[in-house]
Amino acid sequence: MTVGPLPPFQHLLDEHGPAVWRFVRASVGVVDGADCYQEAVLAALRAYPGLRHGDNLKGWLFTVAQHKVLDHHRRVTRRREATEAPPDQPVFDGEPADDGLWAAVGRLPTKQRLAVLHRFVADLPYVEIAGLLDCSEAAARQNVRAALARLRDEPVLAMTMEDRP
Amino acid sequence: MIDDIPLRLRERATPGSDGVPVTVVERLRAAAESGGLVDVAWAAVDTPVGRLTAAATPLGLVRIGFEGEERVLESLAARLSPRVLELPSRLDDVRRQLDQYFAGRRQAFDLPIDPALSRGFRRDVLTELCRVGYGQTVSYAELARRVGHPRASRAVGTAMGTNPIPIVQPCHRVVRTGGGLGGYGGGLDVKRTLLTLEGALLA
Repeated sequence: MTVGPLPPFQHLLDEHGPAVWRFVRASVGVVDGADCYQEAVLAALRAYPGLRHGDNLKGWLFTVAQHKVLDHHRRVTRRREATEAPPDQPVFDGEPADDGLWAAVGRLPTKQRLAVLHRFVADLPYVEIAGLLDCSEAAARQNVRAALARLRDEPVLAMTMEDRP
Repeated sequence: MIDDIPLRLRERATPGSDGVPVTVVERLRAAAESGGLVDVAWAAVDTPVGRLTAAATPLGLVRIGFEGEERVLESLAARLSPRVLELPSRLDDVRRQLDQYFAGRRQAFDLPIDPALSRGFRRDVLTELCRVGYGQTVSYAELARRVGHPRASRAVGTAMGTNPIPIVQPCHRVVRTGGGLGGYGGGLDVKRTLLTLEGALLA
């Protein structure tokens, strides 16, 4: 049973929808982003009345979205295995005018990829990232640090701001 | 060396704007509606008496809130279902008929109504109220008499004050016995505007 009224679902979307959208889109790419976002929001809408309380709805919404992102990654990986595509292909499609950044993010290990996207794309604090990744706050920070270190080592991303046109 | 990767991640994530694109929002709304996931759909309706919030369940129109009325959606979430979504397509008929009404081209609403927010005596009074036609007025006492409770004019006043679907359920047509306007949830200016529009009050 619900303890205390849940806010209207629309308020959740108004407040957190844009951040969820950025996270999903950055996680699965521009081509599948809209579908994946829709799947996530519909799944949340389906489950919403059954929530026991309205605490940390933002974290809950991101958990649902992260599930959909991981489902998507698994689907794409399976599809690529079935077609024997090279294993190092990223699991999402890059931006049309990408400089290799998204592709590099896509090559990160799953936990590091999610951590860095939650941190810099969805702008979540480490305590919430820890909740989403089911790890300690320190481990969440460590995953972000490790992700940034890997990205810095990517030759295509080695340019600094000053070098960029 | 400047570490600009976090900055570049942020920039790349939001080309153009931070918001969810309109096409994505509209597709999502349509999918939620066809999947039967929207228990309460709402839309804003601009009218001469301000921006109204209109809400409908799958059964019909359930609520009209006046501009400035607080916590309309929160109250729907608590009383009906938290699955409340902005879904203007479900309110298309409501918006069209309200537009026609305010343009003076419609005298009666032909809309499915969900009476979920009123019960018992109040629901009976609202049902009787809907028989009071365009441009007519009735007193609280007379309406009490018509529902078979001639001494209940105060309770009729309460039923009007808690009318969940004003304008469509025309509680603005209920006035004091002596001709005074009585009260109105949307404010007396709105009541005066509606009665003037209907020709029940001189402009």
